[in-house]
Amino acid sequence: MTAKTAADSVRPAAEPADEAIRVVDLHKSFGNLEVLKGVSLTASKGDVVTLIGGSGSGKSTCLRCINFLENPTSGRIVIGGEEIAIRADGTPASRKQIERIRSRLGMVFQAFNLWTHRTLLENVTEVPIHVLGVPKDEAHDRAMALLERVGLAGKADTYPSFLSGGQQQRAAIARALAIDPSVMLFDEPTSALDPELVGEVLSVIRDLAAEGRTMLLVTHEMKFAREVSNHVIYLSEGRIEEEGPPEQVFGTPQSDRLKQFLKSVA
Amino acid sequence: MEQVIELLSLSPPGWGGNLLRGLVHSLEIALGAFGFGLLIGLGGAYGKLYGGPVLRDLLAVYTTVVRAVPELVLILILYYVGTDLINKASEAMGYGRVEISGVAAGIWVLGIVQGAYATEILRGAIKAIPIGQLEAARAFGMPPLKMLRRVTIPAMMSFAIPGLANLWLIATKDTALLAVVGFNELTLETRQAAASTRAYFTFFLAAGALYLMVTLLSGRIFARIEKWARKGQPSHRRAKA
Ligand SMILES: Nc1ncnc2c1ncn2[C@@H]1O[C@H](COP(=O)(O)OP(=O)(O)O)[C@@H](O)[C@H]1O
Ligand SMILES: [Mg+2]
Repeated sequence: MTAKTAADSVRPAAEPADEAIRVVDLHKSFGNLEVLKGVSLTASKGDVVTLIGGSGSGKSTCLRCINFLENPTSGRIVIGGEEIAIRADGTPASRKQIERIRSRLGMVFQAFNLWTHRTLLENVTEVPIHVLGVPKDEAHDRAMALLERVGLAGKADTYPSFLSGGQQQRAAIARALAIDPSVMLFDEPTSALDPELVGEVLSVIRDLAAEGRTMLLVTHEMKFAREVSNHVIYLSEGRIEEEGPPEQVFGTPQSDRLKQFLKSVA
Repeated sequence: MEQVIELLSLSPPGWGGNLLRGLVHSLEIALGAFGFGLLIGLGGAYGKLYGGPVLRDLLAVYTTVVRAVPELVLILILYYVGTDLINKASEAMGYGRVEISGVAAGIWVLGIVQGAYATEILRGAIKAIPIGQLEAARAFGMPPLKMLRRVTIPAMMSFAIPGLANLWLIATKDTALLAVVGFNELTLETRQAAASTRAYFTFFLAAGALYLMVTLLSGRIFARIEKWARKGQPSHRRAKA
């Protein structure tokens, strides 16, 4: 992770080779409801960019537009320098391209979304073997190492429904890591967990941040966000109300809405 | 008793061999129709869930009509209309009338009936899959057909099996209706044996026992499949009220 210094608050445009993700003027409407009203953000390799904001402010939608789980109404998405081609109706123009890009974005969902008919090990090897074409032995060994790393080596042959939420979410993180993602997308990874299970998941994410994984993180854990992020974006009603390095956003918030929000979650 | 055994013995003058041949024919058709119905059902369920408005309307007509009209009537319509159309087409192309195999006709007719029920069973089963599991597959770049094979079908299995087990039993019994179009499945063979020997009671009891055996065996097979399909899900027995 890059050092967090005051200089970070003036973010120079990322060198193209360094850029992991760029979102330009993203708009998204559901029917008449405009949920995103022009959101732009960039993350360089190794950055942890955190989105915060009230419920319904558009955080999940923003994340889901990046891998086209939702089709943006307009805007540009550039992943690792490659722009996703979009048709006039907002759908991805090339199925091949979007599938290739998706298979490099490791998404972790609020509700884990593990495949319940597969063991943890099978969950972790599924995408490498069946999407990326990694040889079985290699995928298997790598999956075991990842499960070990998130503390679940002993549960490799267990089905997700028999595990706690914290264990399932750690397995879901291992599943995302198995594709060696260029960017990880976390959508409130601890919001569905009992309070005593939040810590084990945050500590896995903290390690990933420390080893320089590029991440886009939506969270309500403000202390954690302040600790791991390089850059924090406060979304309000589909717009970026305020952004900057964590010390600035959390320490000296400028806008009234952000001040209000931080008070409400404190 | 001795007489009964003689009547049912496998080689002539006993009629047991005919009954067993009828059973095999019945099972052939039931299996074929069930498989054909599953294919229609999978396509129909996908069409109903993800298709355009025209396709959805067509499928609604199909499932409604087939489920509304008595099976016997449908079989007569599909059999005579189907064979008639094939013959007309064949004559138009200058081939003359064709011999249509009873098995193929039976599979076609019953398969179309089965397909309507399978469409509804599979549509319900797909809708019962937690949406997040499908989203996860999409989010990791899984292509649609692979997703069908690796996620949708295995995940919907546990919701579909009980309905499909019923459908299979209906298939085995509906084969008896093909007797009306002269197909020598178990029921027709039984009727012939009974009529020739006047031993109605013996033969219909024997046929009933054969149908029962098929049902019992099917029950065991489906129980295994269901157990396999439900792997990974906690047992409901342990959560009984
Ligand atoms: N599929 C959808 N259809 C209609 N409205 C949606 C859909 N998904 C999200 N929304 C609406 O978009 C707004 C933003 O939702 P979301 O991005 O989930 O917010 P957040 O994650 O910040 O809580 C909410 O008002 C929500 O009701
Ligand atoms: Mg959300």
